[in-house]
Amino acid sequence: MSPSVCLQEMIRVIRGARTQGEERGVIQRECAAIRAQFRQADSGGRSHNLAKLLYVHMLGYPAHFGQMECVRLIASSKYSEKRIGYLGAMMLLDEKQDASLLITNSIKNDLSHSSQHVQSLALCTLACMGSAEMCRDLAPEIERLLKASNSYIKKKAALCAVHIVRKIPELGEMFTPSSFLIVLNSDTLYLHYLSHSVPELVQIMKNLVTSGYSPEHNVAGISDPFLQVRILRLLRILGRNNDAASDAMNDLLAQVATNTDSSKTAGSAVLYETVLTIMDIRSESGLRVLAVNILGRFLLNNDRNIRYISMTSLQKIVQTDHTAVQRHRGTIVDCLKDQDASVKRRALELSLALVSAANIRSMMKELLLFLSTCPPELRSHAASGIFNAAERYAPSQRWHIDTILHVLVTAGGDVRDETVPNLIQLITAASELHCYTVHKLYRALISDIVQQSLVQVACWCIGEYGDLLLKGECEEITPMQVTEDDVLDALETVLQSHMSTPTSRGFALTAIMKLSTRITNNVDRIRSVVSIYGSCIDVELQQRAVEYNALFKKYDHMRYFTMSYCTVILEFGCRSRLSLYFNIHDLLLMHILDNLLLFSYSQ
Amino acid sequence: MEWVGSPKINQLWWDSSLWGRELKLNTCERSHLYCARVKISLTAVYSGTVRTYQDNMQFMLLFSRQGKLRLQKWYVALSDTQKKKISREVIQMVLARKPKMCSFLEWRDLKIVYKRYASLYFCCAVEDQENELITLEIIHRYVELLDKYFGSVCELDIIFNFEKAYYILDEFILGGEAQETSKKIVLKAIEQADMLQEEAEAPRSVLEEIGLT
Repeated sequence: MSPSVCLQEMIRVIRGARTQGEERGVIQRECAAIRAQFRQADSGGRSHNLAKLLYVHMLGYPAHFGQMECVRLIASSKYSEKRIGYLGAMMLLDEKQDASLLITNSIKNDLSHSSQHVQSLALCTLACMGSAEMCRDLAPEIERLLKASNSYIKKKAALCAVHIVRKIPELGEMFTPSSFLIVLNSDTLYLHYLSHSVPELVQIMKNLVTSGYSPEHNVAGISDPFLQVRILRLLRILGRNNDAASDAMNDLLAQVATNTDSSKTAGSAVLYETVLTIMDIRSESGLRVLAVNILGRFLLNNDRNIRYISMTSLQKIVQTDHTAVQRHRGTIVDCLKDQDASVKRRALELSLALVSAANIRSMMKELLLFLSTCPPELRSHAASGIFNAAERYAPSQRWHIDTILHVLVTAGGDVRDETVPNLIQLITAASELHCYTVHKLYRALISDIVQQSLVQVACWCIGEYGDLLLKGECEEITPMQVTEDDVLDALETVLQSHMSTPTSRGFALTAIMKLSTRITNNVDRIRSVVSIYGSCIDVELQQRAVEYNALFKKYDHMRYFTMSYCTVILEFGCRSRLSLYFNIHDLLLMHILDNLLLFSYSQ
Repeated sequence: MEWVGSPKINQLWWDSSLWGRELKLNTCERSHLYCARVKISLTAVYSGTVRTYQDNMQFMLLFSRQGKLRLQKWYVALSDTQKKKISREVIQMVLARKPKMCSFLEWRDLKIVYKRYASLYFCCAVEDQENELITLEIIHRYVELLDKYFGSVCELDIIFNFEKAYYILDEFILGGEAQETSKKIVLKAIEQADMLQEEAEAPRSVLEEIGLT
């Protein structure tokens, strides 16, 4: 067993290791030495050994055998051992470990220690990793410390009490008698009660802002921004839904908003909190205008952080102060082009919220441009946002269809599943645009079949309105001259491509079948394609192919009937699921009935 | 609006406002304690409603540009494997950021606030509703404390004296909240604790010298 080295030496050796294996070797040797030392009852360098173990733990190696040593060191009487023992407890023990309960007694003793530094160690550990049971046991001690001790311990005890109340909310009442505010059951009653404290808080805040330059609390010219932010947050909670409290703080908020210098982050932080407070309480309109102006100023700031937080806050008020935020639409849309992904995300959210009937066309242009260049994690959100906006504010049906097609071409892989049936429904409803739509979709299909949702919609459309495509005349768009062979080629490409999903293949096969009633020359070709797929491996496809084959052979007289225009959208998925439970003939009958119903709806 | 036992409440409130004055604390200390005590009550109230108002830091990570962890402090209860997984994810995310980007990242339901100082990334996770700018200031204050303590701190100082970095952090932040906003007071407390530690360790070496272990 090699003699154990001191902590710094060990760190040096580990860092000097050239390979992962070498490092592992060194650490295993050290851990073995440490374990042996732990087992010895008395050991001079206990704290050093634990420190070494904690370093090893931070590198990611297992260190659970040190837990009992932590417990032992915490119980020691030497301050140096206690210090590292508590650190070890915070790093190695968490409330899920059973060993954490063992230190409860030591913490209890240390909370009544004569030295305030030992007390502070215990308080820190409790606040960091105290489980619910430990908190329950030690709550009376904390209460005592809150009442009795000096300010150093008092502030730690207060924060420890906050942790306890977070873990066990019922104990909140315990900390209230003896010079603490009472927690009452009803929210409104409680906050009404607390509103008496508002004047006092306002006074403290005024003192902070106007007078008293204290160098140790000062950050970049702002006196104690941490405290200012905390007080403002408290005022925000107190002023929410409370007119009296909000009135009492109006002046102060105006003063802070106008006087705080925001050239450095500290000042901006205070201003930011002020703006959030103004927005949340029942403030008067002048104050709200001031707040929105501050946010507008932030939006034009060069610092990305400031722009980010201004957009976050504008998001919160965009519903209530819509017109005020609309004024900054230009800057927000510019932020869509920013390099930073966080800023882009905020700008996207805000832009989607700012879309209205008046600005839909220009906003959509920007949003579509954004969609083509946006990072992948934002794509699906952007696509669904665009769809919602298009649905609500589309100026015309043709614009709506165009927009959806554009999205499908750019980000078809990231749209939700309902997009396909929704789009189909939309197309069916826009009866005067059938010709335009089918031409456009055909063009999209022959150029690229990667985007599955686009492929599915295109197949469906070609199947339904194939005759319009073949007719070759269209008002809204210069038509391509398309022959029946071209169309069937396109659909067969989809069927055979390895990029097509089973759903897309299903769509393509149904489309081919439907075309058998729309075209005149190539029915034999369709018949052969359908019979080939009768032995396809994919069950769904095979099912369909066999059905259609049967339609050709036995029920040819019903073929036109069943493959006619559908004006009601079927739930495609539902039908195919049902097909697994019935045999073919029953299914075909159902299929026919299905279409019969359709036919009757379309009359 | 009805009062429940109002004379008693008024008495207690009066007591509590005297309490600060009795101790002759200066304005800053008093207000700090005041905020803490009100916060306790508020946490209790809010935890009874839809969500617990957790306005503390969830965790803080320090790591190098190569992704090696130099300090990790967790203020929420998680298992070791969860901690490892979260650290890995967050480190990867932060290291992927380019230099001029903003310091805030959205991850799960938390906000990650990070800043790079020389070769170390300082990274905090706070709740979604937090003031991110003040978290940046907290990080900066911690760096200033380290700087004052070590004298022009560099990454090696934190590697070789990691336990001291933890002690300083624990003196500045307790349970995820900043406990003391005065640099002087924090550093003084650490100085005193260090002296205590030296005193505790010194007798040992003397005894060893004489030959008694």
